[in-house]
Amino acid sequence: MRNYLNIIVAYSIMMLLIILVGIFQSWSIALTIFNYCMISAVMTLGANIQWGYAGLINFGIMGYTALGGLAVVLVSVAPVPEAWSVGGVNMMTCLGIIIIMIFSTRYILKNIQKSNKRNYLIAGIIIVGLILIKIIAGPAIEQIEAVDPAKTGFLGGLGLPVLFSWIVGGLFAAGLAFIVGKVALGLRADYLAIATLLIAEIVVSIIKHEDWLARGVKNVIGLKRPAPYEIDLQTSPWFINLVEKFHSAKLDLANSLSERQDILNQLVIDASSVYVKLCFAGMFLVVVIILLIITQKALYSPWGRMMRAIRDNEEAASAMGKNVVKQHLFIFILGSAIVGIAGAMMVTNDGLFTPGSYRPMRYTFVIWVMVIVGGTGNNFGAILGGFVVWFLWVEAAPIALFFINLFTAHLPETNEIKVHLINSAPYFRFLLVGIGLLLIMRFRPQGIIPEKIIKQ
Amino acid sequence: MDLINAVIVLLNYTVIPALTYGSQLALGAIFVTLIYGILRFANFATGDMMSFGTMFAVLLTYYFQSIGISFGFLPTALLTIPFAIFMMILYMLLIDQTVFKYYRIKKSPPVQLAMVSVGVMFVTQAVIRIIIGPTDRRFLDGEKFILKATEFKEMTGLAEGLTIKSTQMITIVVTIIVVAIMFWFLNKTKTGTSMRAYSDNEDLALLSGIDPKKVVLITWIIAGILATIGGILYGLDKSYRPFVYFNNMLPIFAAAIVGGIGNPYGAFFGGYVIAFAEIFLTYAYKRFLVYILPESLEPNSLMQLLSTDYKFAISFSILVIVLIFRPSGIFEGKRI
Repeated sequence: MRNYLNIIVAYSIMMLLIILVGIFQSWSIALTIFNYCMISAVMTLGANIQWGYAGLINFGIMGYTALGGLAVVLVSVAPVPEAWSVGGVNMMTCLGIIIIMIFSTRYILKNIQKSNKRNYLIAGIIIVGLILIKIIAGPAIEQIEAVDPAKTGFLGGLGLPVLFSWIVGGLFAAGLAFIVGKVALGLRADYLAIATLLIAEIVVSIIKHEDWLARGVKNVIGLKRPAPYEIDLQTSPWFINLVEKFHSAKLDLANSLSERQDILNQLVIDASSVYVKLCFAGMFLVVVIILLIITQKALYSPWGRMMRAIRDNEEAASAMGKNVVKQHLFIFILGSAIVGIAGAMMVTNDGLFTPGSYRPMRYTFVIWVMVIVGGTGNNFGAILGGFVVWFLWVEAAPIALFFINLFTAHLPETNEIKVHLINSAPYFRFLLVGIGLLLIMRFRPQGIIPEKIIKQ
Repeated sequence: MDLINAVIVLLNYTVIPALTYGSQLALGAIFVTLIYGILRFANFATGDMMSFGTMFAVLLTYYFQSIGISFGFLPTALLTIPFAIFMMILYMLLIDQTVFKYYRIKKSPPVQLAMVSVGVMFVTQAVIRIIIGPTDRRFLDGEKFILKATEFKEMTGLAEGLTIKSTQMITIVVTIIVVAIMFWFLNKTKTGTSMRAYSDNEDLALLSGIDPKKVVLITWIIAGILATIGGILYGLDKSYRPFVYFNNMLPIFAAAIVGGIGNPYGAFFGGYVIAFAEIFLTYAYKRFLVYILPESLEPNSLMQLLSTDYKFAISFSILVIVLIFRPSGIFEGKRI
């Protein structure tokens, strides 16, 4: 029990902070923060598997998150039949061409000796394939994007239940991670960081600019939800009754029937949003707990020990007969898949897919700060890091505003410095997170909850 | 005549913009490469450090304009360069003393230093946004054009015009001067040689009596000069916006690695490789081909290889290709 004391204390403080937000700001905000904390926690779990278990630095989290989000669109949105009829055949042909390209390249790689001839053949296949794709897809893309561009203008998805897309998001991310891993894993640590970051940028820019796929920067809104809608709740009698029972004391204070009705309406609106967020929170909690159990089991299994051995001394591990390259690739795929799930969860939570919002600051660097702050190599630490840093990231502006007002209380309202500082309160989040990271790196490099090695 | 027109079209829309953009990238890439070669870490705060220096230039330009100082037909910002560099170097030395020095003395692995630089990036970004805000700012004054399209057409009687913006000229000239002085310094002076020695083999350099503190100090000073000038030139040519500077970090990294990280010549060259590739692959060649080809073959599409949306993606793809086939870059990296 004593071993877990610091974990319990840290998590209790975190929960207390969120509850304080609920009391002082509103429960809806507190739950939003909590949900996002949970999504961040899943992302940090993924990054922690790569960095904490295996020492692989992956700055491409943004790309996997975006792919997870794309999965939600491709799985859950209803297909657009007009778009399929005008451009479906051509796009499928292109997909076929890409598959043929991949297989013929593989065939050449396998069956022809390493030589200039092989390089030219592969280059030839790629160039011919790209030209074919450009010729075939060009007109089709134009036609697809012309189908009711204000609402659709894309192929749409499969119309399946949205929860299914979380798995698909993981698979998408795993697929990308396989390619990235094959290309970049041999690089040294800082090169790997840059390479993964740039590949993620490529992925995001493709999602952003290929409008036929997911409407690009025009965004997809009104995605399906695994939780009920607020509007439906507000009109369903069981929910209104529930709210009435819950707030009966407050309602009894009302003077007249109409006033009572007004109060009740307001309460129902508030409660419906809280209820929906609670539904999401429940689902996310299930995901986090499942992932935590699996990763915890894995960490203390022979496989986990092997990963740590590889991380701590690659040469020794490979001398013991462990296949370092293969294990690195495997763990890279595993971690990225988890990040992909988180990306799908996030888009489901928001109900909209906005490719323009995927920026390295928010989806790579902040996540990395979470991993470092929480504790590398410790899953409880990673989750805590997700909570702490996200909480700071969101609450930095109110906190900064409070302190600005405190320190400039003696200045008049129109003082230029005061006005300027108050206007720039939102940017204090960068300062807070940055200084937090620097302090942790300096004085507690293992993070808030350090890695624990259980001797067996 | 058609041929000359075609060449002018290419010059106007691709070569001159690419040279300008390449110069701006090259300065940033040399900055990255110097830090990597001598202090041995990938500096993720690159873009924000450039932004920090530029911020002072912008503020000082506004101040100079308000008290009526100008630089004739040249932009006032050029006058502010020494002051901006001074502030930049102070900031860099402050950061080095408070943050990086500890890890350097402890001989931490490069990854840890890179993560620390992420922290510096956050802090710098916050400071910039708190001081100047995230909005778009233009601080170019003086003559806008050296050569206008209409003037060129009158002068030569050609159908196509050639425009040279003053910022393009300034960028190219200043870059050449700065880079020439820097290479001269690295190759011909004693301090420069000791820096190269330190980068090649730290232990050997220490044994032969090179003062590491001095090397680090000089490196930060040169880095400050490069970052500030690179940032100001970019800001003059386009506009100053903190977010854009942060994003520019990525093509700058690409340029540094493509050229061979740790090698300033490579970085200089890499900047132009990236810039030319970005612009040549996204340029719509229709206008060019109309002049070159006979009428029967005239293209009816734009003849654009990739849409301009993919500008950044191109530089990153080049980087990925280079990393796969020649991880040390086009020039051998890790040498100054």
